[in-house]
Amino acid sequence: MASATASGSGSKGNFNMVLFYVFLIGFVLVSLFPLLWVFKMSIVTRSDLFQSPVTTLVAPPIADSYNTIFANPDFRRALLNSTIIAGITTIICLFFGAIAAYAIARLRFRLKSVVMTTILAISFFPAVAIIAPLFLLFSKVGLINTYWSVIITDVVFALPLTIWILVSFFKELPKDLEEAARVDGATTIQAFRKVIVPLAEPGVFTTAILTFIFAWNEFLFAATFLFDASTQPVTVAIPNFATVYTVDYGAQAAASVVVTIPLVILVLIFQRRIVSGLTAGAVKG
Amino acid sequence: MTTAPREKKRGGWLKEEFGNPERRTAYYMVLPALLIIMIVAVYPVLNSIWLSLHAATITATGEFVGFENYVEMFGNDDFISGLKNTVIFTVVSVFFEFIIGLGIALAINRAFRGRGLVRAAVLVPWAFPTVISAAMWRLMFQDQIGVINYVANGIGLISEPILSDATLLLIGSILVDVWKTTPFMALLLLAGLQTIPGEVYEAARVDGANVLQRFFQITMPLLKSTILVAVLFRTMDSYRVFDLFWVMSNRQLESLSTFVYQGVRISQLQFAQGNAAAVFIFVTAFLLALFFIYGLGMQTSTED
Repeated sequence: MASATASGSGSKGNFNMVLFYVFLIGFVLVSLFPLLWVFKMSIVTRSDLFQSPVTTLVAPPIADSYNTIFANPDFRRALLNSTIIAGITTIICLFFGAIAAYAIARLRFRLKSVVMTTILAISFFPAVAIIAPLFLLFSKVGLINTYWSVIITDVVFALPLTIWILVSFFKELPKDLEEAARVDGATTIQAFRKVIVPLAEPGVFTTAILTFIFAWNEFLFAATFLFDASTQPVTVAIPNFATVYTVDYGAQAAASVVVTIPLVILVLIFQRRIVSGLTAGAVKG
Repeated sequence: MTTAPREKKRGGWLKEEFGNPERRTAYYMVLPALLIIMIVAVYPVLNSIWLSLHAATITATGEFVGFENYVEMFGNDDFISGLKNTVIFTVVSVFFEFIIGLGIALAINRAFRGRGLVRAAVLVPWAFPTVISAAMWRLMFQDQIGVINYVANGIGLISEPILSDATLLLIGSILVDVWKTTPFMALLLLAGLQTIPGEVYEAARVDGANVLQRFFQITMPLLKSTILVAVLFRTMDSYRVFDLFWVMSNRQLESLSTFVYQGVRISQLQFAQGNAAAVFIFVTAFLLALFFIYGLGMQTSTED
């Protein structure tokens, strides 16, 4: 289909090209609009915010809203909590996920399709179906209001993603190297550690980013198991700001921007890798 | 000769699997991840089913009541409206995400300047925490300072504030979901399109096939498996919608998931009904996935 328009020549081709770029710009603007608009809301004065008709251009930008939220210890705490929860979840997922994915990608065993089906089933699993029993269980063992309650559940729901992406990365690595290592007398585990892990680094890194984003964005478990500001991540804390800063919409906007910026930076830097990681499983699968 | 080896094989395949060092290692490597998943996901499901059959409260399992919780649940208006909203939300948003996503994928399936920028822009909404995008859009839908409410009101599209009308809230949620996940759909479909070799189109063109014929007879059939995977992922995701409804409507809009959450976590007077709804979501989601995989012939094989 692409070649049908690309082969057009002369003025018709130019016109198509212009149309194509207009379409692209529109598409990019729609994607970015909310972030830009909310960013604008976060740097204007209170009176500008309530102005009607809605203003588009900003007079001198001000940082008041940012000062407000960073002065709030709960917000700073929430940022730290999110980082801890997402960071530990990512490390645990990569550890268990890499080991399992290697076996699935490289070794032969009978129950492989059963294992993959189970993993796939979990990624479709409605998490809300298990929050009540988990709440009871975690209460019994004293995990409620601790990071671990959320880390454990996040790991379970992020692992399928981690394994799925890592399997597709591991499959692409050249097989000869491990065989050479085996011939030299290395065991499966040694071949994995000394040959595969260093080679797979880019894939593992991409998987780490995706797992981190998944855990950073998680809301349901955090909202269920954590009800104290000392452990709540940003996803739980920020909606609460709607009641804390009732009419201070600038502060609400600033909080949203702060939480999103790290993700936007990650995405901008690693967009190529992220796309290959996201699409690997779905297209080849 | 025909039966003897078979007997031996059937009796000893476990032994054979674990006797082989490579295979044994494979099982040891997969086991930790599987165990974690099983313990945290499977046990609670069984427990949910058990609780849903009792007059359970947050502190005690209570007496066995059979399917009474389910009967009460179906008589509960909140549950019915949650079910209705979830089904409408899933069908409408996945439909638009697919149509728009496919259009975008077809349009950008070529080499052009600024490709990286487009790809990055596309990923931004996807990377947003759903809760945060819900909060952002809520600010834009807001009736005092919200730009969308302002514009929609200005051109006479709405007669009352978006955030105080249930239908407008549902439409708004669909809009936000389409905004957030269409890019993801487009990326998946684009990756699928890129696996179709250009020669196929050339050959069809030589044979005189027009654009529409090429689309329906080459693109669609070759893209079928990618489409099914993408639509299945999005359907399962939309079906369990929680964050978006909860935050954007400030708990006004009911979905199946918010009904469960409300029951087991907030009100707790409806703990038993909440559990029944949890089992309902689990079972229907399972059937939905089966329908995609067996009914539509989706391939989930991961063997090379």
